[in-house]
Amino acid sequence: MIGLLIVSHSGQAASGIREIAMEMGGDEETIAAVGGDPDGGIGTSIDDIQDALSELLAVTDGVVVLVDLGSAVMNAETAIEMVEDEDIVIADAPVVEGALNAAASATSPKATVESVRESAEEAREISKL
Amino acid sequence: MRDETRQQEALLEAIENVADRIDEEKTHLTDLDSAIGDADHGANLNRGFKAVMEKLEEMDDDADVQEIVKTVGMTLVSEVGGAAGPLYGGSTMTASTELEDGITVESSVAFAEAFLEKLQDRGDARIGDKTMVDAITPAVHTYKKSIEQDDLPPLEALAKAVDAAERGVEFTVPLRASKGRASFLGWRSTGHRDPGATSTLFMLEEILETAEQYLEGDTDVDATSPTIPDEAPEEE
Repeated sequence: MIGLLIVSHSGQAASGIREIAMEMGGDEETIAAVGGDPDGGIGTSIDDIQDALSELLAVTDGVVVLVDLGSAVMNAETAIEMVEDEDIVIADAPVVEGALNAAASATSPKATVESVRESAEEAREISKL
Repeated sequence: MRDETRQQEALLEAIENVADRIDEEKTHLTDLDSAIGDADHGANLNRGFKAVMEKLEEMDDDADVQEIVKTVGMTLVSEVGGAAGPLYGGSTMTASTELEDGITVESSVAFAEAFLEKLQDRGDARIGDKTMVDAITPAVHTYKKSIEQDDLPPLEALAKAVDAAERGVEFTVPLRASKGRASFLGWRSTGHRDPGATSTLFMLEEILETAEQYLEGDTDVDATSPTIPDEAPEEE
């Protein structure tokens, strides 16, 4: 089982995306969401990301991280370096569509962090109109 | 400045001066950031440096310079919240390994280079993207060249680096941002000073001022002076 972590500048956005993604697969233990700076404002917190990664790694074989933009990407990268686990990757994908794709593929018994990352990144091709 | 205790004292004072300066300038930095970004740069950095000061107070008195610098980096990483956290904090953490044997002329150059390398890698920004890289890159390059090629004393090299950073900050004004939140504004980001480059300059100015007290002697830093480049081609 591969875990998913959704990182957004807003905690509410992250939880909302998590809710949508959970309709495709996964559960409360394997899909996590973090957002908000250390004071709870708009931003991200490396410590929160690190804690969420460690919790996910305890119950999964690896984690694919979906990020919104800018500092969320950098903070996720820094947190991953600090957790020092090779089975964590960031998907270069739109956060909502990527999370849906990833949630659908993460429950497959054959899923790996690479396969889930690939499905998340396929979301870049989704056209809306 | 080989004496370890004096190095620690100078370092702690530099950090405190940087923290005070960020506190003084937080509104200014946030104003710059509200023009082209998400208006949090001053508040984020200030929260980070406040936490740094608290952490340093709790630290053992015998912590060496590497430990102190690493703690600054880790605290910024944890507390800043915006992009400045991983950029300033992460780069400081990584570069702190260069200070294993204390602060020497050589280790200061190595620190500066390691900092810049990590910063460019993490932010994926290049010169001209209208980011802190525009201030830090010329500062690091000038410092390295002044030391290694021109054999200048470290204080003079640092003064030149600060001057280079100041001109880097000015260079960001007419640029259109291509990294960070400001890039979403497209052409509207043009005509504003980059807040990240500006906070870099403030920090370097404080480091220079502290170094002046500890390394003795004064250095003229006239950033507006066009005479500073020492390689200006001679007029014929």
